[in-house]
Amino acid sequence: MLDKTNVKTLDKVVVRFSGDSGDGMQLAGNIFTNVSAGLGNKVSTFPDYPAEVRAPQGSLSGVSGFQVSVGVDVHTPGDLCDVLIAMNPAALKQNIKFLKPGGVVIVDIDSFKEADLKKALFETLDPFKELDIKAQVVEVPVTTMTKDALADSGLDNKSILKCRNIFALGLVCWLFDRPLEGALRMLKGKFAKKPAIYEANAKVIEAGYNYGNNIHATVSTYRIETEEAIPGVYTDINGNTATAWGFIAASEKSGRPLFLGSYPITPATDILQELAKRKDLGVKAVQMEDEIAGVCSAIGASFAGHLAVTSTSGPGLALKSEGIGLAVIAELPLVVVDVQRGGPSTGLPTKTEQTDLMQALYGRNGESPLAVVAASTPTDCFTMAFEAARIAMEHMTPVILLTDAFIGNGSSAWRIPEASELPEIHPPLLSPNQVDAAWQPYTRKDEDMVRYWAIPGTEGAMHRVGGLEKDFNTGAISTDPINHEKMVKARREKIARIANDIPALEVLDPKGADTILVGWGGTYGHLRTAAGELCAEGKPVAFAHFNYINPLPANTEEVLRGYKQVIVAELNTGMFADYLQAKFPELNIKRINKIQGQPFLVSEVVNGVTKIMEEK
Amino acid sequence: MEHTQYTPANYKSNQSVRWCPGCGDHAILNSLHKAMAIVGVPPHKTAVISGIGCSSRLPYYMNTYGFHTIHGRAAAIATGFKVARPDMTVWQISGDGDGLAIGGNHFIHAVRRNVDINMLLFNNKIYGLTKGQYSPTSDRGFVSKSSPYGTTEDPFIPAELVFGARGNFFARSIDVELQISQEVLVAAARHKGASVVEILQNCVIFNHGIHNFITDKEHRAERTIHLVHGEKMLFGKDKEMGLVRDGFLLKAVKVGEEGYTIDDVLVHDAHTPSNFLHQQLAMMDGHDLPLALGVIRDVDSIAYDQAVEEQVAEVRARKNFSSLRDMVLAGETWTVE
Repeated sequence: MLDKTNVKTLDKVVVRFSGDSGDGMQLAGNIFTNVSAGLGNKVSTFPDYPAEVRAPQGSLSGVSGFQVSVGVDVHTPGDLCDVLIAMNPAALKQNIKFLKPGGVVIVDIDSFKEADLKKALFETLDPFKELDIKAQVVEVPVTTMTKDALADSGLDNKSILKCRNIFALGLVCWLFDRPLEGALRMLKGKFAKKPAIYEANAKVIEAGYNYGNNIHATVSTYRIETEEAIPGVYTDINGNTATAWGFIAASEKSGRPLFLGSYPITPATDILQELAKRKDLGVKAVQMEDEIAGVCSAIGASFAGHLAVTSTSGPGLALKSEGIGLAVIAELPLVVVDVQRGGPSTGLPTKTEQTDLMQALYGRNGESPLAVVAASTPTDCFTMAFEAARIAMEHMTPVILLTDAFIGNGSSAWRIPEASELPEIHPPLLSPNQVDAAWQPYTRKDEDMVRYWAIPGTEGAMHRVGGLEKDFNTGAISTDPINHEKMVKARREKIARIANDIPALEVLDPKGADTILVGWGGTYGHLRTAAGELCAEGKPVAFAHFNYINPLPANTEEVLRGYKQVIVAELNTGMFADYLQAKFPELNIKRINKIQGQPFLVSEVVNGVTKIMEEK
Repeated sequence: MEHTQYTPANYKSNQSVRWCPGCGDHAILNSLHKAMAIVGVPPHKTAVISGIGCSSRLPYYMNTYGFHTIHGRAAAIATGFKVARPDMTVWQISGDGDGLAIGGNHFIHAVRRNVDINMLLFNNKIYGLTKGQYSPTSDRGFVSKSSPYGTTEDPFIPAELVFGARGNFFARSIDVELQISQEVLVAAARHKGASVVEILQNCVIFNHGIHNFITDKEHRAERTIHLVHGEKMLFGKDKEMGLVRDGFLLKAVKVGEEGYTIDDVLVHDAHTPSNFLHQQLAMMDGHDLPLALGVIRDVDSIAYDQAVEEQVAEVRARKNFSSLRDMVLAGETWTVE
């Protein structure tokens, strides 16, 4: 799928602060603007004052707004905003029309009481439903937390409430990585003669910032656009939702009901939340007591005959290792989604990295091979989730699907496929008429070494599986040394033969290239764009991107051996490069690496490749 | 004995049983085969899921669907199985180490969630498979290979943990009490929701005689009481002893002495929602008051898997989407010609 795509750090971000005219939205907006300008951003602002200077508090006519666009190449304050802050229901009602599809609304939920809703002429108690808001709404108890932060300040209630805007500002600073120093400096200047008020605001801005940190609030500032628009019906989708939907599609195509066992973890929680909503499509999503229970409940559901999935991020994958090993030896289908984030340990929970590759490939005890696939873009999450589920079921194996915070949270336009565009999935179900003396739980099909899936409830097919080594022929427990080696090799061979069932590696090869740029997973857009730019600059570079990591596409070696050097660019210290080098020692592999919790910049890749090409 | 179309033999696999000669597990296995035949769920509609440990070998000896999983995780795996397939009957087998140490978290949450699984806890107060370390049910001061000077910690009392996790079914038996074991296993199977059955089991190799104070034939009648719903709480060789209220507590009395008559003796009500008395009964340890055997608590409540099933049906009917595409198209979309 080497589509022409563009990954852009949003050149600009448009933020709209809105509240009652007494809420100080202009001040909050101004400070955010100045802080951004201080960081080198271009800025453009649009203060939107109410017509009536003293409209009643909380009324529609009393709403004050401040829109600011920050970034590069900013010439206008922007038509629509990416983030809308609404301090009360009236502000929400007046401003929701300015929000982009896929934007985020942050509200002070403490100001959404019945009386507040009445003032803003809402007819029901659910303003979000009434306004038909489909965007992500972040409900923040701004008033309560401002009050709590200033409980010991000695300020009166009215002065405390005046700091609500600065709490919101702190949260926005967190969302867009604006350090607080600049904002504090500006507050100090503004309240030079009122040190107590400055102290209060300083405390509150930090509280807002920390709140964002604590709830792992994120707004993706990236967008990935496909340039070739195929006719069809489109919707906006982020990678995590696409992942969830890919599993549902695989469930529909295989006839196996979908079960998710999971546990909340940033940045993968959206998958759990989306599938929890999809009870309307018959999905059973269970929030278990921990990561281990997440994978184990999925393994139970798999044994029971379901398409079973567990979703997590790096630390959760570590906890699930033993469970995944059980699925390896029991030869049960299972999909584990790892939305990678910065590590090690808790690391950088909201930031992106590709540092779980080795964990996915090797992070289990014993010889426990499994399939590893990775998604390239938000919409590719749909495709690869579908593929992960297909491989898991058709090859009776756990599959780890690697995505990352960047594509998981990033959004993209997605053409909704017709059901007929997706392949049918054929799990190797043991049919009742196969149940005879010859069938044993680990009887394998010759062509792909896959065992049959005997669904509990089938009469006559009662059998036992488990984590102990079993006899190649009968499936009974076996400690025989020769048998163990045979089984280790059989499990390995079963995974290797998946290579016959996945697409070949595609290459974009301009004439005259003797260097190939190689990537995998969520860096696709940046690398593809960089390769295009290099070619345009007269430095021909071929490009190949991997979605299938284990096994690799069958033509991998043949493709890569066609180039004098292979440059592997990835967001870690060289895991995929090491993997390729170990498999194909003759390749001349060079590396471009970045481990900053941030995606590549196209320019970094272009410069990196240029430098390597000049070295030779 | 009730009769169904199945006999205990229908639930026995052809595997030879490998527990040590004299191990209490043999008796429990027999009781389970019998209980299953009484309940009459067909073997192909039954799944037996275990963790790791001696007791967890049990699925191999059952002619049902079976899964011998990993240490401590049987409850979580059984939960996933049952939620996926409420039509199957699920038995989960654990020991005190597997279920209450490494698997403690899954144990309490399976009970709290009230998944309809029958959770058997074989309690021998020792790690047998790893050859004799103390377990979370070993008494304070217990000397074992990993506590050569005696443990310096208090044990869990499984029943107390079940009540703390808001369990709705708790029963207890002893490996040698075949009749009671069969009775409580049948009741556990018939209870909808998580049913915990603790079976005091003797590890003949590493902890031989650990339950002797209770199981000793000479004293068993006065150190245990077999509770049956709707019946007087009587015990002793000739049922001469009874349990009566003593303020908020229980007291063992000799009926007809000190002014206590049979009318003072409590009648066991396993079905009352309050667990106050159930907990007192379950905490009796055979010293001042007899250890309670039988079904101590058996209260109806909606099982998790059933509730999920109902919610799915309700939401599906309300939204009425025919497919993923149908659902997505109902959201915000645009068309490219």
